[in-house]
Amino acid sequence: MNPSLFSADGLVGLIFLLTIAITIAGGIIACNSERLVRAVAGLMICFIGVGALYYFLNSPFVAMMQVLIYVGAVAVTISFAIMLADPEQSSQHGPINALSGPFGFITAALLTVGLALIALKTMWGDEPKVNDGSVKIIGTQLLTDYSMVFELVSIVLLISIIGALVIAREGRKS
Amino acid sequence: MSILTLYNSLQAYLLVGALLFGMGVYGLITRRTLIGMLIAGEMILVGASLNFMAFNRFTAPDPATGQIFALFIMAIAAAEAAIGLSIVIAIYRHYRSIDAQDVVKLKG
Repeated sequence: MNPSLFSADGLVGLIFLLTIAITIAGGIIACNSERLVRAVAGLMICFIGVGALYYFLNSPFVAMMQVLIYVGAVAVTISFAIMLADPEQSSQHGPINALSGPFGFITAALLTVGLALIALKTMWGDEPKVNDGSVKIIGTQLLTDYSMVFELVSIVLLISIIGALVIAREGRKS
Repeated sequence: MSILTLYNSLQAYLLVGALLFGMGVYGLITRRTLIGMLIAGEMILVGASLNFMAFNRFTAPDPATGQIFALFIMAIAAAEAAIGLSIVIAIYRHYRSIDAQDVVKLKG
């Protein structure tokens, strides 16, 4: 099975490769750039690429939530914090610790290579699907099988929002 | 297997997930500012979430479970970002810096 580049399957494969390239390029920008604003922009690119990968994985709903929550909420919140805290002026002295140089790179590379070897060497099973994983089934399962977890996540979000307000408000004398 | 049919193989997604995780770990141990560490932490969460979604598509019998788990990971990541950024703002107000080297009052 080897589709030509200009058939429908070949074009899908080409778009998939482009998506992976976008994701990895965004990740490299996010963890290597000097200025934090550029890192947040790279993070947004990376998240959009991951959203496209979710689309390839037959879950357009999670892809939409990825763009909505990560790009729309988390990255925007981080860029607000960068503008509030102005971190660019405070990066003038030497290396942080022993791990910040090549040793950090070696550590991360070892982790990555280990995970990749596990992914490539294992024979992953394949079981028949019991449903099609559509949005309707997700909604039904969220409110029946996973309703307890759903409520707990809601409580965690509520507490974290209140806690964030309390912590950020401290020390502000008005 | 041709390179153009990679989108139908589990290993391609697992490799991208592993790469995102590794870049996140690299950023987490080399960044000097707290916000940079938070950005790297988000990348680690996204790598884990991509792994869940890949297994959900290719091996799990019920393809709704992994999607629901990815949604829960997103909710927890949003909560973590809110708490982390409010702590960063509080630290900046107290120390006038968000450099991880300057915040050493609790160091023994």
